[in-house]
Amino acid sequence: MLNKTLRRGLLAASVALGVFAGTAQAAEPIKIGAFLSVTGPAAFLGDPELKTLQHYIKKINDQGGVLGRPLELVHYDDAGDAAKARTFVKRLLESDKVDLIVGGTTTGTTMAAVPLVEQAETPFISLAGAVVIVDPVKKWVFKTPHTDKMAAEKIFEDMKKRGITKIGLISGTGGFGASGREQSLAVAPKWGIEIVADETYGPKDTDMTAQLTKIKNTPGVQAVLNFDFGQGPAIVTKNYRQLGINLPFYQSHGVASKSFIELAGEAAEGVRLPAAALLVAEQLPDNDPQKPVVVEYSKEYSETFKQEVSTFGGHAYDGLMLAVDAIKRAGSTDKAKVRDALENTRGYIGTGGVVNMSPTDHMGLDLSAFRMLEIKGGNWSLLP
Amino acid sequence: MFAEFLQFLFSGITIGATYALVALGFTLIYNASHVINFAQGEFIMIGGMSTVFLLKAGLPLPVAIPLAVAGTVLVGLALEKFAVEPARNAQVVTIIIITIGASILLRGLAQVIWDKQIHALPPFSGDSPIAVGGATILPQSLWVLGVSGLIVAALAWFFNRTLLGKAILATAYNPGAAQLVGVNTRFVLLLSFGLSAGLGAIAGILIAPITTTNYEIGIMLGLKGFVAAVLGGLGSGVGAVVGGLLLGVAEAMTAGYLSSEYKDAMPFVLILLVLFFLPNGLFGARGTERV
Amino acid sequence: MTWLQSRWGGLVLLAASIAVLPLFLANNYHYDVAIQIAINATVVVGLNLLIGYAGQISLGHAGFFGLGAYGSAILTAVYGWPPLLALLAGVLAVAALAFLIARPILRLKGHYLAMATLGFGIIISIVITNEAELTGGPDGMVVPPFTLLGWSVTGAQTWYWLFGILLLLAVWLSLNLIDSPVGRALRAVHGSEVAAQVAGIDTTGYKVLIFVVSAVFAALAGSLAAHYTEYLTPDKAGFFHSIEFVVMVVVGGMASTYGAVIGAVIITLLPQLLTGFDEWEMVVFGAILMGTMIFLPRGLVPTLQGLLRRGTR
Repeated sequence: MLNKTLRRGLLAASVALGVFAGTAQAAEPIKIGAFLSVTGPAAFLGDPELKTLQHYIKKINDQGGVLGRPLELVHYDDAGDAAKARTFVKRLLESDKVDLIVGGTTTGTTMAAVPLVEQAETPFISLAGAVVIVDPVKKWVFKTPHTDKMAAEKIFEDMKKRGITKIGLISGTGGFGASGREQSLAVAPKWGIEIVADETYGPKDTDMTAQLTKIKNTPGVQAVLNFDFGQGPAIVTKNYRQLGINLPFYQSHGVASKSFIELAGEAAEGVRLPAAALLVAEQLPDNDPQKPVVVEYSKEYSETFKQEVSTFGGHAYDGLMLAVDAIKRAGSTDKAKVRDALENTRGYIGTGGVVNMSPTDHMGLDLSAFRMLEIKGGNWSLLP
Repeated sequence: MFAEFLQFLFSGITIGATYALVALGFTLIYNASHVINFAQGEFIMIGGMSTVFLLKAGLPLPVAIPLAVAGTVLVGLALEKFAVEPARNAQVVTIIIITIGASILLRGLAQVIWDKQIHALPPFSGDSPIAVGGATILPQSLWVLGVSGLIVAALAWFFNRTLLGKAILATAYNPGAAQLVGVNTRFVLLLSFGLSAGLGAIAGILIAPITTTNYEIGIMLGLKGFVAAVLGGLGSGVGAVVGGLLLGVAEAMTAGYLSSEYKDAMPFVLILLVLFFLPNGLFGARGTERV
Repeated sequence: MTWLQSRWGGLVLLAASIAVLPLFLANNYHYDVAIQIAINATVVVGLNLLIGYAGQISLGHAGFFGLGAYGSAILTAVYGWPPLLALLAGVLAVAALAFLIARPILRLKGHYLAMATLGFGIIISIVITNEAELTGGPDGMVVPPFTLLGWSVTGAQTWYWLFGILLLLAVWLSLNLIDSPVGRALRAVHGSEVAAQVAGIDTTGYKVLIFVVSAVFAALAGSLAAHYTEYLTPDKAGFFHSIEFVVMVVVGGMASTYGAVIGAVIITLLPQLLTGFDEWEMVVFGAILMGTMIFLPRGLVPTLQGLLRRGTR
C-alpha cells in the first residue's frame, strides 16, 4: 500500500521520464511515404521504383540512418489510378503522418496528389514526367525525371543537326504519350521542325501498321518520332521495320530500358533517343562527374534484383537521395526546413544528371542532363 | 493506293484471327452454360507468359508450347471445377461475377509468380517481312492465320462428326433433353472450359511474337474477343470467326482511312450498330422465348 | 413484421449510422473513405433498381457517372458556370442522353444488352480521353471547388454530411419507387416481360424510366464527386469502374436497396484493408470475390435475411 506522497512522487518521476523519452528521439524513425503504380499499366515503371526505394532505405539504415534515425518506408500501390492515389496520399498524410513523400509514378497520380500536399505543407518529390508538374512551380512539389518537353527539345536538337525539317509523329494516347505529343507540337517550330503527320494509337493496341503506313505515305517526311512508353513503342518499332521504312527513327526517354531492345529485337537497330547517363554508365568518359554514381547504382540494382537497370528506378533513387540530402542539410525533419533545403539543392549528382534547384526550378536538370543515344548492335551507344 | 489497302487488310486479318480464336473460346463456354467467362482473356495471357518463362528456364520452343497449352488447360479445368461448378445453380450474373473474380485472381497470381515486365516470344520462323503486292506481311502472321484456320476446321469436324462434339452441341440446344438421352452435361461443361482454355492459350502463344505479352494483356484481348463473339451472335461458331475477322479488319480500316484516335471506339460503335438492326448479332439464333 | 423490417426501419437505421459514424472517424483519410463509400452507394442504389428489380443489366454505368463528373468539371472550369447550375445542366443532359438511347438499347436482352451498354460506356470514356482540349486528356483535369451562393463547400466533414444526405435521399427515393405501382410493374417485367405486356403494362416505358432514373443517380453522384476530389481522370468513366459498380450490386444482393449499400461498403473498403498484402492484394481480392459469390450466391443481404428468417421460425 503506497502512501499518497510516494504515489505522487512516482507519478512526477514517470512524467519526467516521459518527457525525457520524448526529447530523446534518437530511435524515432523518419517516415518516408510513397505512393507508386506497382501494378496496372505503369507497373513497368512502378516496380523498379519500389524495389529501389526499399533496397536503398534498408542500405541507409544499415549504415546508421539519417541524423541518427532510421528511415521507415510507408508505401501504397495506386495501380495507376489517380483517385486511388489521392486516397492513399490522404492516408499517408493523415493516418501515417509521414515527413515527406516520394512517389507519383504517373503524371495523373502526381497531379491528383498536388492539392493535398500543398494543403498539408509536406514536401513531395514526384517521379513522373510531364512538365506541368513543375511548370507553374508549386511550393511543395519537386520532381526528379527530365520533362517530356526536354526530351522533345533534345530530339529536335539532334534532328536539326542532321538537317531534318519535316517529321511524322506517332504517339500513344496514354498520359505520357499524349503529353509528349503536346509538348512536341509546341516546341517543334522553335527548332525549325514541321510535323507533317500526326497519328495516335491506344496504349493496349497490338498493331500500328495502319498508322505507320499513313505516315510513310505522307509526302516530304524525313524522320519519324514515337512518343510513348512500355508495350506500344516496341510494337511500333517492329512494325516500322516490317514496313521497310528507312527514315531515321526516334524514340522518347520512355523506352530508356534494356527491355525495349529485347522486345523490339533487331528492329531497334539505329533508333535514337534521349536518355539519362545511367543507361550508358560504362561508356561514359572517366572524367564525367556522373560516372561513379551511375556505375554504382547500375551494378547494385542489376546484381540485387537480377534485372536490367531502368531509368525509372534511377529517378526513384534520385528522389530518395535528394530527400535524404535535404534532411541532412536541414538538420531536422521540419517540413518547411526540408522544403527550403530541397529548393537549395546545388550541384547534386544523381542518375538523371546534375541537379541545381531554385525557387523557379523544382526539377533542376537542364538539356545537358540528357544524353543522345543510338542503339547499335543490340546495345546503347553514346553519341558524341 | 491498293498497296495501302492491302497493308491495312493484312494487319486487320492477323489481329482478326486472334479475336476469332478468343471469340470461339467465349462461344464454347456460352454454349455449354449460358455464362460469359470473363476470365477468357487470362487464358491468352497464361499461354503466352508461361511459354516465355518455360523458354527462360531453358526448354526449347517445341517443348515449351505444348506444356504451356497443357498448363492453361489445367487452369481452365480447375476454374470450372472449383469456381463454376459449386455455383451452377446460381443466377447467371452471379457466375459472371465469379469469373470476374477469377480473372482478377489469375492476374494477381501472374504478377506474383512471374513478373510485371513486358516480354516477347521469338517468332516461329524468323521475322523478315514477306512482300505481297506492295504490302508486307510477317511470317508470324501467316502462322496465326494458318493455325487459326486449322483449328476452326478441326473444331468444325469435331462438332459435326464426333459423338462427343455432338453431345456438346446437344447440351447447348437443350441441357434437359441432352441429359435425358444420356449426355453427361457436367462433363460437357468441364470439357468446354478446358477446350476454351486451350484455344485461348494457343491464341496467346501465336500472337505473342507480334504483340509482346505481359500479365495484363488478357484484359483488352478478352474484351475484344467478347465483342467479336457478340457481334457474330453468341453461341454461333461461324459467328465467332466472322465476328473476329470483321472486327480486326474494321479496326485496321478505321485507323487507316478515318482517324487513328477513334480507332479504339470502332469495335463498340460497330457492335452498337449491328445490335440495333440485328438484336441477336449476325448469326445469332433467333430463337423463341418460352414465357 | 418487426419495425426493423418495415420499409422505414432500415432507413432510420441508415440515417443513425451516418450520424454516429463521425465519432469513429479519426482523420481526413477516414472521412475520405467514408465519402467514397457514400458516393459509390448512391450510384449503386440506382443501378440496383435497374439490375435487381427491372432485371436489366448495364456494364456501362460509369459512363453516366463520368459524364456527370466531366459535365460539372468542364462547365465550371472552362466556361466559368456557377457549380450548382453546372450540376443541374449536367444531370439534365445525362437524363436526356439516357432517355434517347434507352429505347433502342432496351430492346436487347441479356448478354446483348450487356454488350451494348458496355460499348456505350467505353465510347464515352474514349471520347473523354481524346477531347483533351476540354477534358485535359488522359492525365485528367482540375475541378474547381463547389460553391453555393459564394460559400464554398470544403473540408471533409462538410462533404461527409452532404454525401450522407444525398445517400439517404437516394435510398428513400429507391424504396418509394419499389413500393409504388412503378416498382410492381418492374417486378412484373423482371418476372416475365411477355406476361407483363399481356397484363397491359407498358414494359418499355417502365424500363426506360428506370434506366433514366439510375443514370441520373450516377450522374448526380459523379458531379458532386468531381467537386469533392478536385481532380478528374477519364478512367472514372471507364470499363473497370462500371464493372466495380456491378460487382457492388451483386455482392451486396440484387433486388435489395440496403444490399446495394452494403455492397458499396464492402467493395470500397476492401482495397484499403488489403494494402498489407502488398503483391498479393489482387490475388486476395479476387479470391474473396469468388468465395463470396460461390458461398453466398444471392449476395450478402438476401442471404443474411434468409438466415434470419429461418432462425426466427
